[in-house]
Amino acid sequence: MAGSKQKKMNARVDFTPMVDMIMLLVTFFMLCTTLMKPQTMEIVMPSDKEDIDDKSRSQVAESKAITIMIAEDRKLYFFKGKATDDNLEATEYGQDGVRAMLKEANAVAQEKVAELKAKFATQQSSDPKKALEAKEQYKKELSEIRNSEDTPSVIIKPSDKSTYKDLIDLLDEMQICSIGKYVIDKFTPQDQAKIDRLNGK
Amino acid sequence: MGRFKIKKQDTFIDMTPMSDVMVLLLTFFMLTATFVKEEPVKVVTPGSVSEIKIPESNLLTIFVRPDADNKSGKVFMTMDSKEVLGAMADKVLGQITPEERKAFQLAPTFGFSKDLMKSWLNAPAENRNSLLQKEEAGIPCDSANDQLKEWVQAARDAAGDNMRIAIKADQKTPYAVIKNVMNSLRSIHENRYNLITSLKNGEE
Repeated sequence: MAGSKQKKMNARVDFTPMVDMIMLLVTFFMLCTTLMKPQTMEIVMPSDKEDIDDKSRSQVAESKAITIMIAEDRKLYFFKGKATDDNLEATEYGQDGVRAMLKEANAVAQEKVAELKAKFATQQSSDPKKALEAKEQYKKELSEIRNSEDTPSVIIKPSDKSTYKDLIDLLDEMQICSIGKYVIDKFTPQDQAKIDRLNGK
Repeated sequence: MGRFKIKKQDTFIDMTPMSDVMVLLLTFFMLTATFVKEEPVKVVTPGSVSEIKIPESNLLTIFVRPDADNKSGKVFMTMDSKEVLGAMADKVLGQITPEERKAFQLAPTFGFSKDLMKSWLNAPAENRNSLLQKEEAGIPCDSANDQLKEWVQAARDAAGDNMRIAIKADQKTPYAVIKNVMNSLRSIHENRYNLITSLKNGEE
């Protein structure tokens, strides 16, 4: 070990090319992928099987039924209960229109849902397992309220002139107003005649 | 000229923290993201407050696109499993060559009536997506000529009970077209399906 001068090695590695590469990859992934999955609405249409007898077919109690018709240009018409000559009313989309009407008709369930939400808001848990359990329980109780006896049944009748967006918006209102029982039905010429009569044509 | 001793500045910047962060970002993107699916049929879905996510696999998607005049619409279809697509082609189209079958499986979306399907499959691969924009494209699904029914039935037979059906329609589509699609699904007792929407926020 006399005078052998050891050369000091530079231990630093140049990372610049690696950063370049990774930047490129990140840009690629950012541009070519989607993070958001599209939402969906689940819908169950009534079966048209002829062999179902009247008992198993869910009968809509006339007193609890609300029929909403979608006409062209996003105009809505509704009547409650049995169709008579003079109970058709016009309404519109939005907070003050159809939502206010449905919320009023479904006040009992709305109250229950609010209660349920308050109850589960206090039960927030940091444990993921418990949180999941609470969520399941919440969903179960929510669907019970939505399908209980005293919620109204809504019959939606979109006319051929309405658009898909109108239908989805109305289905959305069902969700907002916690209505579990709704069905999409055919828009008949009689319905059109009724609307025309209301508009004084 | 006195002898100044200029201190040699180190121009070497330490890249280690930066590369750390970048690798983290990269891992995040790789793990969370899904690739954009190729969709030659462009639709703008309406927004809704629904928060149910769509299942990832075994999904039959029915696209509905309005025509330029917003009076009528066209129906297209896609399925994420190549095997099911092959089986559907065999069943609905009957006699097809292996090349046609392969072309059918590779197409991201299909939508032609049965008699036009063969010429579409024999078109060069790069033209196929642009052909879908043409006037004669679309699967017929009115009550007189309901081919959508056959396709869905074939898919159900091939994919089994776990297959989900989703309708992805443009928000301007007239309801008359949606009604036709719903009616043809109803006629083969497919009463449960998903309507694809995009997220709308603000209300509730």
